[in-house]
Amino acid sequence: MSETASTPVLLRGQSLECSRDDRRLFSNLSFELKAAQVLQIEGANGSGKTSLLRILCGLRTPDAGQVYWQGENIARAREDYYSNMVYIGHLPCIKGDLNVLENVRALLDTRSKTLADEHIAAALQQVGLAAYEDVAGKALSSGQRRRILLAFLLLADARLWILDEPLTALDMQGVVLMESMLLAHRAGGGSVIFTTHHGMQLGCEMSSLSLGTASVEARA
Amino acid sequence: MLRAFYHLLLRDLRLALRSRHELINPLIFFVLVVTLFPLAITPSEALLQKMAPGVIWVSALLAVLLSLDRLFRQDYEDGSLDQLMLSPNPLVILVLAKVCAHWLLTGLPLVLIAPLLAVFMSVPDAALPALLYSLLLGTPVLSLIGAIGVSLTVAVNRGGVLLSLIVLPLYIPVLIFGANTIDVASDGLSVRGQLLFLGAVLALAASLAPIATAAALRITASR
Repeated sequence: MSETASTPVLLRGQSLECSRDDRRLFSNLSFELKAAQVLQIEGANGSGKTSLLRILCGLRTPDAGQVYWQGENIARAREDYYSNMVYIGHLPCIKGDLNVLENVRALLDTRSKTLADEHIAAALQQVGLAAYEDVAGKALSSGQRRRILLAFLLLADARLWILDEPLTALDMQGVVLMESMLLAHRAGGGSVIFTTHHGMQLGCEMSSLSLGTASVEARA
Repeated sequence: MLRAFYHLLLRDLRLALRSRHELINPLIFFVLVVTLFPLAITPSEALLQKMAPGVIWVSALLAVLLSLDRLFRQDYEDGSLDQLMLSPNPLVILVLAKVCAHWLLTGLPLVLIAPLLAVFMSVPDAALPALLYSLLLGTPVLSLIGAIGVSLTVAVNRGGVLLSLIVLPLYIPVLIFGANTIDVASDGLSVRGQLLFLGAVLALAASLAPIATAAALRITASR
């Protein structure tokens, strides 16, 4: 097993290709993500960052190529992969008619995680929503809704975070919080793949993957 | 797995109970449409009785159709659908939970109010059990088949018309046998055959429709 020399590869993309409306976003894209590695996907608007992240979580089928979770195709390792991965996209995933606590519980239920109230309360406190447990989702600002997702991220206990623009709608303290969460997650051996247009100063080793504009070409 | 089913069912019921107008709308629609017929056509008892099975069933079908969009629309728009699809639990089970919640919130109320409408349409008392049983077996099928249509059209803007074009033809067998059950019972004959057929359709739909819905949701998410 010489290929898994030091740290094992968690997620591997192999020759991924994605097109949208006859426009090729990227092709022949390969990468590896190891434990405790932070990977930033870079690229201009419309370069296919969101599409790539959706491919990596298996929501979107790539036009070519495969994604492997610990050496196994994600379609086959589905249950194991989804138990160990959290994806947070652009959309808030928050129900206006449920209160903050119920929203967190509903998100955790999709992962079959039932936690004690104290656990959830502690996470809500950490993301700055301590006094909001009984407030309905529709009464929250968009930044506060994002913070519910941060609480979910803390409680989901996943090894891999896939975050699409995690800093959207967050204020200065929120950005600092997100950065500290990423560092703590990495320190615990967790990996992150994320995109952002905001500067993020993590102060740790970070790899990046560029979706260049060069590959934007019309398909014959 | 069962816990995931139960939690999602509970979440959907809770959400619906907090926005009650959506819950009552299909019911009011059902009552109004059925009441329009005696008003529009001469309220002659013989004629109404003849038309009752068809009118009640077509109205129930349209009421369910109106409520179908609620099944996945909100989850699609706020991103919860993505989270459901990324659940380690089988998507089929989660789909089944959502369909069950939909039936409890739309189908079941229709069944419960149907006897009242049967009086409006002067359905003979002897046919009441048949009416209830046919709706009880038939309306879950409407929710199950409808879920396939919604999962295909939820990403389409103003997909309502498209939804009815996809779903209504698939409702025809249920409509025929459902209405026929009441018809036959009004004539005082046994409805065993009709009910067995509706039961078979329900078993088929309950086992296959969630699989088709899960597949359709994957297509929708990959766009």
